[in-house]
Amino acid sequence: MEKVNIVTQAQPWVDRFPLTGRYTYGVAGERFFRELKENGRFFGTRCTACDVVYVPPRLYCLRCFAPLEEWVEVPSTGTVHTFTVVHQDLDEAPLPTPEVIAFVQIDGCDGGLVHRLGEVAPEDVYIGMSVEAVLKPTAERQGGLTDIAYFRPTLR
Amino acid sequence: MGMRRVAIVGAGMTKFVRRALETGPELAWEAASRALASCDLRLSDIDGVVLGTAPDAFDAVHMKGEYLSDGAGAWRKPYIRTYVGGGTGVFSVIQGWYHVASGVFDTCLVVCEEKMSSHIPHPQGAFITIFDHILERPLGPNLLWIFAMEMNAYMNRYGLRKEDIAYVAVKNKRNAADHPAAMLGVRDITIKDVLDSPVLAWPVQRMDVSPIADGAVAVVLAADHVARRVTDKPVWIEGVGWNVDTTYWTNRDLSYPTYLEEAARMAYRMAGIKEPRKEIHVVEPYDPFDYKELHHLEGLLLADRGKAPEDAATGRFDRDNENHPDWLPSSPSGGLLGVGNPIAAAGLMKVAEIFWQLRGEAGDRQIPGNPKRGLAQAWGDLMQIGTVVILGV
Amino acid sequence: MTMEQWVYPSVYVKEDDFREGRVLYTTWQPRLFYAWDRGTAIGRFLAELKQGRIVGRRCRRCRRVVVPPRMFCEHCFRPNDEWVPLADTGTVITFSRCYITWDMRRLEHPQIPAVIAIDGASPGVGFLHHLGEVDPEAVHIGMKVKAVWKPADQREGAITDILYFKPMTE
Repeated sequence: MEKVNIVTQAQPWVDRFPLTGRYTYGVAGERFFRELKENGRFFGTRCTACDVVYVPPRLYCLRCFAPLEEWVEVPSTGTVHTFTVVHQDLDEAPLPTPEVIAFVQIDGCDGGLVHRLGEVAPEDVYIGMSVEAVLKPTAERQGGLTDIAYFRPTLR
Repeated sequence: MGMRRVAIVGAGMTKFVRRALETGPELAWEAASRALASCDLRLSDIDGVVLGTAPDAFDAVHMKGEYLSDGAGAWRKPYIRTYVGGGTGVFSVIQGWYHVASGVFDTCLVVCEEKMSSHIPHPQGAFITIFDHILERPLGPNLLWIFAMEMNAYMNRYGLRKEDIAYVAVKNKRNAADHPAAMLGVRDITIKDVLDSPVLAWPVQRMDVSPIADGAVAVVLAADHVARRVTDKPVWIEGVGWNVDTTYWTNRDLSYPTYLEEAARMAYRMAGIKEPRKEIHVVEPYDPFDYKELHHLEGLLLADRGKAPEDAATGRFDRDNENHPDWLPSSPSGGLLGVGNPIAAAGLMKVAEIFWQLRGEAGDRQIPGNPKRGLAQAWGDLMQIGTVVILGV
Repeated sequence: MTMEQWVYPSVYVKEDDFREGRVLYTTWQPRLFYAWDRGTAIGRFLAELKQGRIVGRRCRRCRRVVVPPRMFCEHCFRPNDEWVPLADTGTVITFSRCYITWDMRRLEHPQIPAVIAIDGASPGVGFLHHLGEVDPEAVHIGMKVKAVWKPADQREGAITDILYFKPMTE
């Protein structure tokens, strides 16, 4: 048999997976995003035994495994727990404007949300900064994380 | 071998449904918290957690292990996710078993979850990734091809009739009518219904296949000294076995599951079982398709090769046919065909069924005669792995 | 006491609930584009397909000739030894008539996937492909078939360089 030049055969086989995920928000998430969409309010669930308020809310306490039935309204303000400034997109191409992504700890809660910061220059962001949620207008809200347009520094 | 005795002391599950509102972690918690409640244990009593779930693609979530960990009760505990495809549900118990048998843990929570509704238009978008990406996917396959071809090879080898195989679908869907978690129990289904259902990939018709589902199941394992404190009805894990055949599935004889025979022999040896047909009183073989239950009964050495369909036709595997000379109730739960098939959770459901049957807690599904020993089995990867657990009281 | 109390009544959602806004959801299409290396054995196999030939590998210890080829013998667990030219004919060892697509659309004319044991390889050893130019109801296990190739100038070094296998006239 004739010899095949291995180097010329070193070409990849290209394909993609036809996967589209459709995700429900779950028993607790359904109520959280419904309140956000329809009433522009944030809710959490409280575990009295562990003295924890979960935001986003959970159906159960991950610490003691009890079902959580106490829903509490929480503020839409928080503190920048940590943040990063992103300069590239997923394909490593430069972004026209750098984006600030922050983990915002919601005031009075044990959890928080990862979201964009807006109305602030990246160099002015600092850990511990007070921020508040800016919601999209009611008509544009679809029931999802992007119903929050971004968080911005709290006006004093 | 210096290993400790391990018992199952509790079990719980969610109802199996086509589409659940719950997220994966919520389903896992629903099953795990029921399992703990069933044996009056708290999460703080659990030393380690094993999580079983099929490919990441099925929930459309990557890194499903970490995604499900909170719901499985793993917060700040030793935790591992295990995976052998469809065989995962039974293998997760094996992994929990060696955690406890080895002396590393006294208690282990084993949780299996699947949320297959997360795919649109159909979970097959995830399933077809099992085919080889260079030599098979360019041919435009769907998942049923491989099973239809295995079923055809099995039928051709022994000259089997579709009606004898369809009997399994009828039996299991009828059995499932008495399962409170079942999504497809049908009390008045007939063989004609199965034979008249649409052909999907011949010889596989609609009602030969188990329905895709969302759901979760959990069991609690405990070492001997803990088990006796927790319950007066521990169900002991007496034997475990697992075995894998070649991934080159087009290079082997598909008419007989040799890998399962190897797994079964390993489990029988460990359990000291010499005559499985006499010593196993109830069996839950893996039945994603009706022919697979029969194929597996043969691989488990519980029926002669090619003879399981004939045995089924005589009522040998019926739940309440105790006057049959070789009676061996098979899939009393209703199996995957009747209860539903959330992959890993379905396998663990089979272990839970044997647990409930041996404790006399199976309700309307309880088989008569106080069964003392049962076997649960699952099957997976590329039609190539068998996983077996033998339980006894 | 029965197991019924340990079943959690999870919440069933219907397809209409999404359409009619009763259940919120989000969708995502991951960017799963892959470039897989063909590897040594499959790279050669595909290159030979492009030339209109099927090749396998022989292990001199157990004497098996395998296709699809690999560079090791999984039985003897050692490198296998040589390339072997195989015929482009074979025997159907199992098949299906498939009336649905991967996304569960109904097909009017069935596809006929089959495992074909390739002549020149060890007995029962072959690969997956389609059957064509055949009455679906006439297909049977044991049927002798031959590859139908794409025209040489259209082959690209892929399993689809064989269009399908068709029955051999006896």
